Order: sequence, then structure tokens, then C-alpha cells
Amino acid sequence: MLLQDIWFFLWGLLWAVYFATDGFDLGTGVLMPFLGKTDDQRRIIYNAIGPLWNGNEVWLISAGGVTFAAFPLLYSVMFSSLYSALMLVLFGLILRGVAVDLREKASSPSAKQNWDRAFFIGSLLPAILLGAAFGNIFKGLPIDEKGLYHGSILTLLNPYGLITGVLFLLMFMLHASLWLGMRIKENIQIDFLAIAKKLWMIFLIALIVFLALTPFYTDLLKNYLNNPLLLLEPVAAIVFLLLIRVYIQKKEAFKAWVCSFLTIVLLTFFGIIGLYPNMFISSINPKYSLTAHNASSSPLTLKIMLIVVILFVPVVLLYQGWAYKLFRTPISNDDLGY
Amino acid sequence: MDVVWLSRLQFAAATFFHFLFVPLTLGLSILVAIMETRYAKTNDETYLQMAKFWGKIFLVNFAIGVVTGITLEFQFGTNWSKYSTFVGDIFGSLLAIEATAAFFLESTLIGVWAFGWKKLSKKTHAVLIWLVAFASNLSAFWILVANSWMQHPVGYVMRNNRAELANFTQVIFQKWAILEFFHTISAAYILSAMFVMGISAYHILRKQNLEHFLRSFKIALKMGLIFTIFIVIEGHVHGTDLAEKQPTKLAAMEAHWETIKGAPKYLFVIPDESNERNLVELIPIPGFLSLLATHDFKGEVKGLKDFRKQDRPPVFISYFSFQLMVGLGIYFVLIMLYGWFKRDRLQDYPKYLRLVLYSIPLPYIACELGWTLAEVGRQPWIVYGILRTNEAASPLVAGQVAVTLLAFVVVYATIGIIGFGMITRFARQGIKTN
Repeated sequence: MLLQDIWFFLWGLLWAVYFATDGFDLGTGVLMPFLGKTDDQRRIIYNAIGPLWNGNEVWLISAGGVTFAAFPLLYSVMFSSLYSALMLVLFGLILRGVAVDLREKASSPSAKQNWDRAFFIGSLLPAILLGAAFGNIFKGLPIDEKGLYHGSILTLLNPYGLITGVLFLLMFMLHASLWLGMRIKENIQIDFLAIAKKLWMIFLIALIVFLALTPFYTDLLKNYLNNPLLLLEPVAAIVFLLLIRVYIQKKEAFKAWVCSFLTIVLLTFFGIIGLYPNMFISSINPKYSLTAHNASSSPLTLKIMLIVVILFVPVVLLYQGWAYKLFRTPISNDDLGY
Repeated sequence: MDVVWLSRLQFAAATFFHFLFVPLTLGLSILVAIMETRYAKTNDETYLQMAKFWGKIFLVNFAIGVVTGITLEFQFGTNWSKYSTFVGDIFGSLLAIEATAAFFLESTLIGVWAFGWKKLSKKTHAVLIWLVAFASNLSAFWILVANSWMQHPVGYVMRNNRAELANFTQVIFQKWAILEFFHTISAAYILSAMFVMGISAYHILRKQNLEHFLRSFKIALKMGLIFTIFIVIEGHVHGTDLAEKQPTKLAAMEAHWETIKGAPKYLFVIPDESNERNLVELIPIPGFLSLLATHDFKGEVKGLKDFRKQDRPPVFISYFSFQLMVGLGIYFVLIMLYGWFKRDRLQDYPKYLRLVLYSIPLPYIACELGWTLAEVGRQPWIVYGILRTNEAASPLVAGQVAVTLLAFVVVYATIGIIGFGMITRFARQGIKTN
């Protein structure tokens, strides 16, 4: 039981870190058409995420791999139920990836424009759909006792799914504007922090709507009501959210970005704690829900995977931290790739 | 067409396409690392320019390889949910380990390498590409261990209606996995060698950047020669192991119908599957198939007729993919050997250089043929002997999969054309010195 619970929270943590890292890459893609008006501006914006996005995306691969390894039944039921939505996410990520890596190498301005479009669509789709998917996971989906899904992609587009999608999108856009504000100083005439200020306000409103709808659509609050001490977690999230605004005011983009990182992790975890021990709730009958306890791997596999994670994740954090340290400073001409 | 077939086609399209980019990543990273190390040691700018030239091509190739790999990891869940439930305990953990222990390193450092030319000392920069090379080869190891488990499942017990892990080290270090790993990376190194030699030949023929491309050619040639010879020996050991563990695949890839002792090897055969015989059998070498499979001219080789029809893989595809792969393998040995003897006067052999240039696609074909044999030859099983492919797919609607299959074909064809177009453009450009 304990192993399964540890894995439940590790699983949540991997998704949370994915959102907090790749989130600003996806947000950058969504902001691109609104911010990058000239080719010069666009080139620099691409360069602001160029060195790091690849490593960020691996958190998603890890989250996917861990879902497969630790909760094979969840991996099977969730991914086949969300088939069309997940495929759209994957195609988005393909477009986004090749756009970021190949755009500067394109030979003509029109080819570059096509890559810019691919970058936008390829970032927008995963941002919204991952959010919508999580909203629906919180809410529950029509799966029967055999794990068969009785719905379609349209089932995901209910008000709660949509607002969660929008919430994720705004969260990533805010995250991106702070990252860009930190990395791009005098090169181009865009005031990223002024944009961040507006996005922060819109995000706050979306968050309030989301939280107001949550008790009507989900049972997320149940764990919190049973154990009020847990409420400290969302309170911490709100504190960091407010701190973002404070640091934007002080024009300290790096600190604001760190707070945004923590806000994303904590907000994701707000949902994960509320979900526990469920992982995929059946809206047909709660008995059919997949939980940390009925969808997991064998104890031996969970143990081996835990050892792997304990050994390797700290090392990953070490070298990824080093990469961030190298590339969080304002872009100079020395940084531009080839 | 039903969901199983559509899902198979989709997975085949996605893996074949993915594997157009994987081998070059595995081998070219090492070649670039060698060039950059020589630069760091000697300060010779020529090596730096070589590393940058090949590095640029490497990055384009790497980008497409990465994005097409992600979809594969998720397709087990989307399209093969029954398979995933059945094997997740073992197969899933191998994929998760690959991401955590190898792919993270590769992906994080490639970004630093691409953008860090001016930020880092040349030694640190060279170390980075070595780490990328190491991590991508380590990635290959974990993925191939996972595939080997589908080919020859070991270290598991059947419990709770699924295969559960019983012995982890047995899974990772089984003979099949080690052989499959060495076979695949050798093939990748041959492909990378031919790629670098071919493009170098193009420039040597045009007498541009002569010094750069003669050096590139020779570094690649060394890699190519070593691994073409190695893979022939290794391939033989692999085949003998396969004869013992997947007798149906062996019989299919040799189009061998009757169980006999002292089985001959025919150099050319046209299998006639529906009538359980071969239409044409030409040039027999007596006892040679027995020798290859059992190390004994008189050894017994099981024929396809000894297996129930529903347990046999498609013979035609298995046979031709295997024979063509082997034929190409022998051709690669010859082309590398010839180059080795002429390595100091390459410019004097324009015909040879042209041949090398036009041979660039051949290792790609050989790699895809190898995978065709591995995967089609394993049929009708998805996990050999314990789970059938037609019992492994997700309960999806056929139309859903048809749409995504079409999308895969369109999207992949587009980025394939753009990607290879870009690689060709950079390859032709050559190196601007000064």
C-alpha cells in the first residue's frame, strides 16, 4: 500500500514538474504571434527557449513512462480513452519540436512563417488539451467496469474541462512572459513584464472561476475537508501566486518566474491531493474508478522503479539545474545557436 | 480493415519513420565527438569546422528523431491497451528507466551543446557531445532490452492475468538483449559511417574543402570497417540464438518448409505460401543451413510445416527482408574493405567515391529490413509465445485509428521531406573556411 501511495504522489510530481518546465515553452509558442512582430524579435524569442525545451519535454516522457511502469492499467485505460485528444497533443508536440529546432535553419522567409504557424498551433493544442484532460480526470469520465470508455473527444469539452484548459493555457502564458522577461533585455522593444502583469490578472480571474466551479463538478475538496491541515498546500500556492505579482512590480523577472514555477507545481498538486487515491474516476459508477491501489504494478516493479528514481532524478536535477543556470541570463549575441 | 490492422499499420509507419533518424543519431554523435576531441587536443581549426559542419546536420536529424520517438511511447497506451496492461509491469518499467536514466541526459545536454559554443570551454563542450553520444546509445540499450523481451520473454511470472516481473537482471542481461543491442548499434554505426563517407565523397569529387572531407572520410571509414566486419560475426551468433529461441522466424526467413537433418541453404528462393512450398529453389549449398543454425552440417532444422498455420509468420516478407539485409551487409564489408586499401589515395578513385555517395541510402534500407524481419517474423505474436497480436489492441473504433493513421502519414511525410531536404542542403553547402 505504502509503495503504491508513494508512486501516486511521484506520478503527480512528474506531471507537475512537466507543467512547470515545458509550460513556459508552450506559453512562448502561444504568445509568439502576439509578441514577435519582426523576424528579429521572433528569432530572439525562439532563442530564449531553444537551449532548454528539449530537456523540459523529457519530463512528459518520464511522466508517460512512469504511468506505464507504475500504473499499467491506468496507462492503458486513460490513454486509449483519451485517444483523439492525446493524438492531437502528440501531433502538436511534433510540430512544436521541429519548429523550434528547424525554424532558424529554414532557407526562406515564407518557410520561416510556416514554422511560426506550426510553433503556435503545436503549443496551443497541448496547452489547452492537457488542461482539459486534467479537468476531466478531476471530474470523472464515463468508463465501465472493463475500463471501456463510453464517450468521445466531445465528452471532454464540458464547461469544467474547458475552464481547466483555459486555466492551463493562461498559466503557461504567464509563465512564458516571465521567462522571456528574464532572458530578453535590451535586444528587442517588448515589455514582457507589462504583458505578464495583464496575464497575471486574467489568470487570477480564471483561477477563481475554476475554484468556484470545482465543488460543483468534482470531489476534489473532500480530502481537504476530511483533513483541514492539507489546506496549507493551496494556501502556499496562493502565496506564491501573489508573490509573482509583487516581483513583477519590482521588475525582478527571475524571482517572479521562480514563484510562477512553484505556483504551477503547487496548483497541480492541489488537484493531485484532492484526487487521491483515485487516478481515473468513473462517472458511471465510482466502483469502476482506477485508483493507486487497483491499477498499479507488482511490488517488485514498484520497488525497482523507486530505486531508479531515487538514484537518477537527483542527478537529472543537477545537470538540468546547471543548464538552466547557464541559460537563464539575458541573451547576448554569444548565446545564439547556429 | 479492423482496428488491429490499422493499429499495426500505424505503429509500423511510426516506427519505420522514427528509425530513419535514430541510427544516424547513434553513430554521428560519436563521429562528431571524435572530431571535436581532436580539435580540443590539437587546436587545429579544421577539426572544429568539421565538427560544426557535421554537428549542424546532426541537430536536424536529432530533432526529427526526438519528436517522432515521443509518439511511440504513448502509442502503446493509445492503440495497444491490452498489450500494455499485460506487459506494463516489465516493458513499461524499461521505457521509464530509459527516459529517466538516459533520455534526460541526451536531451538536456544537446541543447547546451547546440547553444553553448561560445559559453563553454572547448574541453567542456567536447565532453558534452561525448555525453550525448553515450546517453543516446544507452537509450538504445533500454529500448532494445524492451523489444528483446517481446522477442524472447524471460524473468516473469504469470500472475493477475498479466506478466509480472520476477527477475530484473534476467530481463536486462538476457543473451537476446545483448545480441540485439550490439546488432542494432553496429548497424547504426555502419549507416553513420556510410553517410559521412558518402557526403565526404561528394565534396572530394568536387575538390572542395579537401582536407576537411578527406579527414572526415577516414574517421568514418574506420568506424565503418570495424562494424561491418563485427556485424557479420555478431549476426551469425544472433542467428544461431534465434534458431533456438524463435524457430518459426528462422524457418520463415529461410523459407524452410520441411523438418530435415542436413538442411541445404538455397541462394535464391521464391516462397509460395499458400501451397506451403517454394516456387523456385536455386543454387543449394548442402548442409549449410543446418551448419548456420546448429553448428553441425547434419543438424536438424525445423520446417514451417511443423508449426500450426496460425502460429507461422508471413513467409514472403520474412524471407526477403532477411536475405536482402544479409546481401547488403556483405556489400558493406566489400565497400569498406576497398576503401581501407585505397584510403591514402582516395582522390584517385572517383568511381569508388561515386559508388560510396550513391550507397548512402543502402544502410537505411538494411536497417528497416532488419526491423521488418524482427517484427513481422515474430508474428502472430506480439510477445513471442505468450500474447497474440490480435488480442493486444485497444477497444477503439476503426474510423478513429484510420484518421490518425492518415494524419501520421501526412505529417511524417511532410517533416520527412523537409528534414531530409534540409540535411541535403547543409550537406551540399560544404564548409565556409575563413
